[in-house]
Amino acid sequence: MAERCAVIGAGQTKHAAKREDVSIAGLVREAAERALEDAAMDWGDIDAVVIGKAPDMFEGVMMPELYLAPALGAVGKPMVRVHTAGSVGGSTAIVAAHLVTSGVHRRVLTVAFEKQSDSDAMWALSVPQPFSAPLLAGAGGYFAPIIRAYMRRSGAPDHIGIVVAVKDRKQALKNPYAHLHIEDISFEMVRDSIMLWDPIRYLETCPSSDGAAAMVLADEDCAAASPRRPAWVHGMAMRSEPTMFAGRDQVNPQAGRDCAADVYAQAGITDPRSQIDVAEVYVPFSWYEPMWLENLGFAPDGEGWKLTDSGATALDGGDIPWNCSGGVLSSNPIGASGMLRFLEVALQVRGQAGAHQVDGVRRALGHAYGGGSQFFSMWVLGTEKP
Amino acid sequence: MSAAPTGRPVAVVSFAQSPQVRREDHRNEVEMLMPVVEEVFSRIGVTKADMGFVCSGSSDYLVGAPFSFVSALDAVGVWPPMRESHVEMDGAWALYEAWTMLRAGDVDTALVYSFGRSSPGQLAKILALQLDPYYLAPLWPPPTALAALQARAVIDAGRATEEDFAEVAARSRRQALANPHAQLSGDRAPGELMKDDYVVSPLRRHALPPITDGAAAVVLAAGERATELCDRPAWITGIDHRIETHALGARDLTSSPSTTLAARGAGLGERAAVDVAELHAPYAHQELILRDALGLGAEVSVNPSGGALAANALMVAGLIRIGEAAQRIMDGSAARALAHATSGPCLQQNLVCALAAETPSGGR
Repeated sequence: MAERCAVIGAGQTKHAAKREDVSIAGLVREAAERALEDAAMDWGDIDAVVIGKAPDMFEGVMMPELYLAPALGAVGKPMVRVHTAGSVGGSTAIVAAHLVTSGVHRRVLTVAFEKQSDSDAMWALSVPQPFSAPLLAGAGGYFAPIIRAYMRRSGAPDHIGIVVAVKDRKQALKNPYAHLHIEDISFEMVRDSIMLWDPIRYLETCPSSDGAAAMVLADEDCAAASPRRPAWVHGMAMRSEPTMFAGRDQVNPQAGRDCAADVYAQAGITDPRSQIDVAEVYVPFSWYEPMWLENLGFAPDGEGWKLTDSGATALDGGDIPWNCSGGVLSSNPIGASGMLRFLEVALQVRGQAGAHQVDGVRRALGHAYGGGSQFFSMWVLGTEKP
Repeated sequence: MSAAPTGRPVAVVSFAQSPQVRREDHRNEVEMLMPVVEEVFSRIGVTKADMGFVCSGSSDYLVGAPFSFVSALDAVGVWPPMRESHVEMDGAWALYEAWTMLRAGDVDTALVYSFGRSSPGQLAKILALQLDPYYLAPLWPPPTALAALQARAVIDAGRATEEDFAEVAARSRRQALANPHAQLSGDRAPGELMKDDYVVSPLRRHALPPITDGAAAVVLAAGERATELCDRPAWITGIDHRIETHALGARDLTSSPSTTLAARGAGLGERAAVDVAELHAPYAHQELILRDALGLGAEVSVNPSGGALAANALMVAGLIRIGEAAQRIMDGSAARALAHATSGPCLQQNLVCALAAETPSGGR
């Protein structure tokens, strides 16, 4: 990577099941205006706009960026639309960062959103295709057997998923933008919630949210001129592998391991658990925390659940807090969910995370995955200029 | 992170496309793509293992399925895992994303591909869903009606006549006779074309693009890797793209200021000095608007491939323009070329790519 790049502005909407008070344009503009305000910039300061979202069928609008161009101040500018499944929010930020690292642009606005209440994601995920086995259960039905395979392989006890669900929902209470604020969340409440896709209970799954995230990315000179502390990009990577083939390890995908190895090498990280101070990792179903702890090298194979069970990943008292914002389990505007992970670590590095801030963050990992967990995007941000 | 210099030159080193046809009855998207990917590699003797990055462009709405690019990726078979990304746009913008990756020095080579199969759906209805969902899409205007509004504005402004549209169509389809991949070609005089019925006044049948199924792929390479892979790489001397407002009523439909801006960003002056220009003008009158926006003189060979009037696979036709323009340089028939891609109703978004046989000094 050639030119340096930093996050100098971040903004997000209040995430909710239905944001009926705004149009799609109003939703993305809410996040983008907050990011610009944070960067002390105006629309005219932006050179290019990179926008991402998950499938267009989630709102029923084909290529909505065409209609959103004026709402995002993109008229007369370059505008790119990224779509890489659930990892899209992360990939979008990476595509935007490449516009800076390549020296093409100096200040790029990147935005991701989903307005799930405009359509029905479950329906949109289940369109029958000729010669393909229909997937009529949405994402939970797809991932449940993979989680079951993890439990069998690792010998993890049944309660681990509940621990994650309680932890992330408790942390969400400290994030005013989070969709779910379940004040009396408890182990018993999660345990007793209805089983949706065995072993995934209702309260172990992510909600369906409307929401948007936005960041301003800038080159070294613009970052130096920015009023607030920049979060520097120390490394970024994307990896993909095929959805299915004989012998594919769906529990611990190679693409995730390779992506982590790439981003760690760029950032000079050899021991993620000790060298990364906080992580926002895409955990849409509770069991994905222990699974990704292993995939991302925070724990040896088969032992991620022990880390979770010990409280190591909790904001309160853990040595490697994961998803202090409440994570995907507390807000899931699908297309924006990955960017929210990337954005939340920018907040942590810049000391802007408010009640869910971790003290003394120097380096943080943002992670997103998508599809049948075959698409990965990650970045490492730090307080120091790389 | 690697310390490769920014702004290192990037070139198109290989291009391939499927036959552009009205209806792919017996092949799905993966089956359309596989031979194209195979060809774009075999032309320069590489395999997927030589690619540092893969980027594609397509639209879920054409396929009628979410995540359609996911299964399409099986045409490459990204195992072991690869760096890979996708834009919900014409493949020309996927090429732009790959160009920024190569320029940043992260990788030296990239495969770019796109696919578009419009035949299974009702394109006029599908494209209405591309419009403002609150104020425009509920009216279900077909794309031909919006294009006709633009053509009428061009006529009313005294910029061109229906005969001029027929001239463009006649020339495009005549030139397409030499393009084995073209869907529509023929040698009909403009006067004869003027006997066609109107589809939507003032657009007669000949002024409209065909509905096309097709796929295309390009390999990009940076610096010395480009000269290793290709005797005469088509160097990208500049590439830029701009978008206009979506509100048709707020635009001067007779001009294309975003194309002019993109051409300037791509390092082309007010009069693009090129031998060949491949313009993504789905409707005949749009070629005239684009010629003005780019300042193309009569000496420039426009759309030797036949252009989008000869084949217009959505999400692919823009990438094909870059591939065709690059091919003219790689085969030695041109020294400088320009390629253009468009997206959205009435040329809302435009990309301009400047290509040359000579290595660029490094600017955009």
